[in-house]
Amino acid sequence: MTTPPNMAAFNPPVQPGQSVLGQQAVVRSSAGGPVAENPVQLPEVAKLIDISKCIGCKACQSACAEWNDTHPEIGVNVGIYENPHDLTAEMYTLMRFAEYDNPDSGDFEWLIRKDGCMHCADPGCLKACPAPGAIVQYSNGIVDFISENCIGCGYCISGCPFDIPRMHPTKHVVKKCTLCSDRVAVGQGPACAKACPTQAISFGTKDDMKTLAAERIEDLKSRGYDEAGLYDPAGVDGTHVMYVLQHADRPHVYSGLPDAPQISDVVEGWKGPTKPIGLAAVGVAAVGAAAMGVLSRGSRITEHEEREAEGLVETTPAASDDRGHI
Amino acid sequence: MAPRKFSEPTDRILGTRPVEVRRYGAFIRVNHWFGAICFVLLMLSGFALFHPSFFGLTALFGGGQTTRWIHPFLGIALVISFAAMFIQLVRLNILRREDLVWTAHIADVITGHEERLPELGKYNFGQKVVFWGMFWLILALVATGIPMWVQYFPDLVSIPTRRIAILIHSISAVLIVLVFILHVFAALWTRGTIRAMTRGTVTGGWAWLHHRKWLRELAGRRGTNAAE
Ligand code: SF4
Ligand code: SF4
Ligand code: SF4
Repeated sequence: MTTPPNMAAFNPPVQPGQSVLGQQAVVRSSAGGPVAENPVQLPEVAKLIDISKCIGCKACQSACAEWNDTHPEIGVNVGIYENPHDLTAEMYTLMRFAEYDNPDSGDFEWLIRKDGCMHCADPGCLKACPAPGAIVQYSNGIVDFISENCIGCGYCISGCPFDIPRMHPTKHVVKKCTLCSDRVAVGQGPACAKACPTQAISFGTKDDMKTLAAERIEDLKSRGYDEAGLYDPAGVDGTHVMYVLQHADRPHVYSGLPDAPQISDVVEGWKGPTKPIGLAAVGVAAVGAAAMGVLSRGSRITEHEEREAEGLVETTPAASDDRGHI
Repeated sequence: MAPRKFSEPTDRILGTRPVEVRRYGAFIRVNHWFGAICFVLLMLSGFALFHPSFFGLTALFGGGQTTRWIHPFLGIALVISFAAMFIQLVRLNILRREDLVWTAHIADVITGHEERLPELGKYNFGQKVVFWGMFWLILALVATGIPMWVQYFPDLVSIPTRRIAILIHSISAVLIVLVFILHVFAALWTRGTIRAMTRGTVTGGWAWLHHRKWLRELAGRRGTNAAE
């Protein structure tokens, strides 16, 4: 019935497939946008990035730009391999090259991390977005931006704990890695995983990827990486892009991967209590003012006050200020 | 010449039987209504982005993208309009001792016993609260709004700072809507007030009841004004 996720290394089926990632699989939608009533339950998928295997060839980065038909600007080389210099609305993934002097072993290590959307189970971008249906999450865990509904406010950029989404400077919509939702929808793995020559990127069900990660971690430990581990941070309820890290005890050494990512309390406050309390306050004030306006007769001026004013104006010696001018 | 303590140079008594007093000149009235229109549009577009149940309001502006685009420009227009108003009105909105007495007797204001209250200049404490509330909140809204304006200032502040800016922006927006409600309510409740902003004048009785010091000063200056 549903197309199972594929290990990306294999060739995809050639017969036409049917997309399984339509509206029928939407389980969350920004700003109360439409979700499926009985969402198709797809197995949770994940991309596993094994940093210890990555050689920084950027095949994945090129494959991503090709598959998604984005056109990153021609960059400027500043003496490091990182190019472009940051994620952009035209470059959904970026190899970040960290030069790390390991204080414990004294060794120099080159930690090459493939940066991009983590596809959080609890996505801060989706929570922050004010446009209904501009950000959706499918039942397999993929978080997708639906550009037709995006209004270009950039709230998602502030909501994301990983600093991922980027505003397109001319289209005024936000872009990020889609986990190749269009490929996954028809049973193919993501383009980046498919292109990776060392199979540092794998793709499959989240369970399978965890099993694979466990094997890799065991192997790394046997080679002296005692702190090797899986990056699947609990602060965002886990992610659908996971890393195998040699130093899982200090993710920040991988070009600032957050140690304990979670949706910021400020965002929670802004999207949480501020809205109902604010609306209630405005509602009570408006209704209260209207009620008092209708029920009370207000402050009225009577003939008496008009007479008093006339008296005051007439008896005030108007010339008192004028004396000097006569 | 007696100093102008409670009035503006353009305030004057226009007629004596019945007394009619000019409260606002043409520029300030036009500017007031321009600012008011900006405010209402800002409120509608802001609500659309504040809570999903109001997202439908974006239809008034031609969709979400236009709403996002136009809201900050309306904000700039409001800031300019308010700045002009601020310069004209700030002097008479400085808090004075009698404002505290007036506030302590707020119940007498509501129940219509203004005879128990001190005489006031051009503005009472409630009007001053609206004035300063608008001032500080517009300041907070523009200061936080600029770093939220991703189209022109994408890298002005870091993401954690922008989060705080957005939170302050939302809270200030709620507060300014409350001030707005107070302003509209008070203007309607105090009968005879609206014409100050439409025709520019109030009746003598209105001035006598609510702003007697102001009226006294204008009465005392009649000759001076005529001679000018
Ligand atoms: S990493 Fe950022 S953009 Fe990606 S799903 Fe999580 S919050 Fe959204
Ligand atoms: S920029 Fe688009 S996707 Fe991001 S929060 Fe705004 S409407 Fe949502
Ligand atoms: S999953 Fe697809 S969109 Fe995401 S980085 Fe890989 S190739 Fe790019």
